[in-house]
Amino acid sequence: MTVKTAVNLRRISQLLFFLVFFWLILKTNFEVNFTPENVSNIQLPYPVSIALEFSPLTAMGTFLANGTVFKGLLWSLVILIPTIFLGKFFCGWVCPLGTLNHWLSEFRSERLSRRGLKKIESNRYKSYQKIKYYLFFILIGAALMGVLQIGLFDPLSFLARSIGTVVLPMLHHTADSINSFFKSFGFPPLSSLSQSVYDTIAPAILTFRKAHFHTIITIGTFFLAVLVMNRIYTRFWCRGICPLGAMLGLFSRYAIFGLEKNAATCDNCMKCAAHCQGADGPEVTEKWRQSECVLCLNCLDSCPNNSLTFKFFPELAGAPQKPSSTQKIDITRRKTIASVAGGLALFPLFRSSDGFNVNPDPSVIRPPGAVPEDDFLARCIRCGQCMRVCPNNALHPTLFEAGLEGMWSPIMIPRIGYCEPTCTLCGEVCPTGAILQLTQKEKAGDENTPPNRVGTAFIDRSRCLSWAMARPCIVCEEWCPTSPKTIYLREETVYDSNGNPVEVKQPYINPDLCTGCGACEYACPVIDKPAVYVTSIGESRSKENQIILQRQGIG
Amino acid sequence: MERRDFIKKTGKALALAAITGGTGFAFHNFDTAHYSVPAVKKTSFSIAPDSSFPQIALAENVDHAAALNRALDALGGIKRFVKPGERVTIKPNVGWDRAPSQAADTNPVLVGEMVRLCFAAGASSVIVSDISCNDPRRCFLRSGIREAAERAGANVILPTDEDFITIDLKGEILTAWPVLKYFVDTDRLINMPIVKQHSLSSCTIAMKNLYGILGGPRNRLHQSIDQSIVDLAVFCPPTLTVVDATRVLMRGGPQGGSLNDVAIQNSVICATDQVAADARASEFLGLKPENVGHIALAAKSGLGQIDYRAAGYKELLS
Repeated sequence: MTVKTAVNLRRISQLLFFLVFFWLILKTNFEVNFTPENVSNIQLPYPVSIALEFSPLTAMGTFLANGTVFKGLLWSLVILIPTIFLGKFFCGWVCPLGTLNHWLSEFRSERLSRRGLKKIESNRYKSYQKIKYYLFFILIGAALMGVLQIGLFDPLSFLARSIGTVVLPMLHHTADSINSFFKSFGFPPLSSLSQSVYDTIAPAILTFRKAHFHTIITIGTFFLAVLVMNRIYTRFWCRGICPLGAMLGLFSRYAIFGLEKNAATCDNCMKCAAHCQGADGPEVTEKWRQSECVLCLNCLDSCPNNSLTFKFFPELAGAPQKPSSTQKIDITRRKTIASVAGGLALFPLFRSSDGFNVNPDPSVIRPPGAVPEDDFLARCIRCGQCMRVCPNNALHPTLFEAGLEGMWSPIMIPRIGYCEPTCTLCGEVCPTGAILQLTQKEKAGDENTPPNRVGTAFIDRSRCLSWAMARPCIVCEEWCPTSPKTIYLREETVYDSNGNPVEVKQPYINPDLCTGCGACEYACPVIDKPAVYVTSIGESRSKENQIILQRQGIG
Repeated sequence: MERRDFIKKTGKALALAAITGGTGFAFHNFDTAHYSVPAVKKTSFSIAPDSSFPQIALAENVDHAAALNRALDALGGIKRFVKPGERVTIKPNVGWDRAPSQAADTNPVLVGEMVRLCFAAGASSVIVSDISCNDPRRCFLRSGIREAAERAGANVILPTDEDFITIDLKGEILTAWPVLKYFVDTDRLINMPIVKQHSLSSCTIAMKNLYGILGGPRNRLHQSIDQSIVDLAVFCPPTLTVVDATRVLMRGGPQGGSLNDVAIQNSVICATDQVAADARASEFLGLKPENVGHIALAAKSGLGQIDYRAAGYKELLS
């Protein structure tokens, strides 16, 4: 196989894996033309979260944090084990975020491009590249204590979250605005064309219900920053931040597959150094850094003298310095220990704040089937798959509602969307078991099984039409899905502003029956601050967060 | 920018615009005016009364499709309501994510049979749609209506924002509201409600089922529920009302859930008088029609006969 073929194979592999990843996020969606086989227990036709299960960082982090490896995470061994022998092929050939960074690093305008010596300098190893290793150790330290922050930086969760909650919703809004822009002229052929194009792409690309996500400006800014940084440093994220890259770098330290340099034929043109994606020193005068290399093969491709080859058991004596091995990873033992200790310290920092259990935020309504909060935080990687799949747009990323520790973890905002009583899709797509996959029966309950509760509804009598304004309504009662209804009515005579008696039915909540689904809050006509609202109290997953005497301590 | 450059670029832009416009013209279908607010020729779909037929008939049969056919035949059969080449829209109640046995949505057997009958009478197209309360994907799947209607050849439409047009309903309460276009841009409208208890309007049957053609802040209509129901019934009286009383939801309406709240009646009412249909069907819930606000108001407004017997009520028991 020639070097050109190998480089083209790498490009095809990158494109393919990127498209598969994007497609899986796109398909994390209850499509309108999807006809499930079993209508009473609707499940998506594909395992859409499988890509996320290939991350060794997620597997290791969740294992350290909660002591278990959740079902599909064993897939990550498919990445990890070959890395030990081959090096970081994942970064250069597979990782969709790496691919995105690769493309954007290559894509520069003529004026801003780094060429010649500047380009060589730009692709030389820099000391900021060790940040990723320390970040990795901090995250591992935290995970040891059950504080899982890995998802913020794992490239697969990072990209899934960014695409699912920012890129795709933006695409939807853009498509809608373009369509309505062309239709706004009232010029029939134009609007007709626009509408037919829209109707063609909509079922394939857009969700049935247009999504609006809470706090995605923070997710979007982070994502944009990572993309933009490629203009300043090639693959800035991969070289400097990515803790998965660091983990794979550590594992590939003694890989048997590597770069062999032939000093005899090299004429020091430095083309290899100019095109290096990993900034790993492929040139003869440098010691090669195995742990930084992403195996993109650009060095081989750009070498005019064929002085470089990748092979098993390469001779590493090409570099002028001793010892005759690859460059050691640029980290110190002392700082590594300090990083792990810093990570460990996140646990007392986060848990001694008031948010966790002591003063829980009432808006932290977790998805149905979510495990208890400490376990939840030890599992959730903030991939946003639950938010993406929720057919009612009920699940949203938090900002600080669940504390800094729970940033971008999912909560339900019933005002925007309620929890559909028969829906179990969020549990189905969760890759780490933070949300358990409930059966239809476990979700909605029956005579013998209690339903899964995410909270309890409350009436705000000062805002309720029939309590405060002498007007009929009962919309909350109409929408209440429990049987018998959680919201019950009592007929009362109240008086309007003229003193005339008005018969109204005033709503009450029966907390024994309420599941906290939030249909009442969603439907309440007092739209800005609903007169009936749900808070997390009474949630099935918590022993402490209860009001009813019979449920004290039994969960 | 040079003048020459400017002229060149303007020329290019104009050429592009011309190509776009031309392509649009080439692809444009001038027959269906789906690009803008359809010219709503009429919103009353009711047909001229015919004294040789009763205005309301009820048939009872454990075979629900047979009950529908029998009641419909008493009114003159489907050919009286659907002429060859006409577009028909059927409005079942698909409000909730419930199974047919729970009696929250119209019986899918009746919807499927109705679609079949429309095509048999020569309908050019049959649309089945509703604006569900719960997630429409789940409602149409679990209720069995999507499967039944599609199997019979209907076009089942789950509405999106694009499908609404704002129309002046010219009612007392209802003025300019977004309406699902398939319910006004059609030749025949067949209303297929199910009989359910409702805590505010006592019952939700035929006229109340028309709420389902509205978008917008429907949850505010409860503040004047009787008048808004009557406004809608005046705005778009259907060609035919087919009331599903095969299973009746006695309590816990309109969503139900428990089979204990369902009474099996195996009855189907067909009517050209929607007030009479509501009046008769409300008796399944143990109500007196004159005590039901919107039925009484509709009768007072001259919309139909609350005394359904005066409308030539015919009962066909098996």
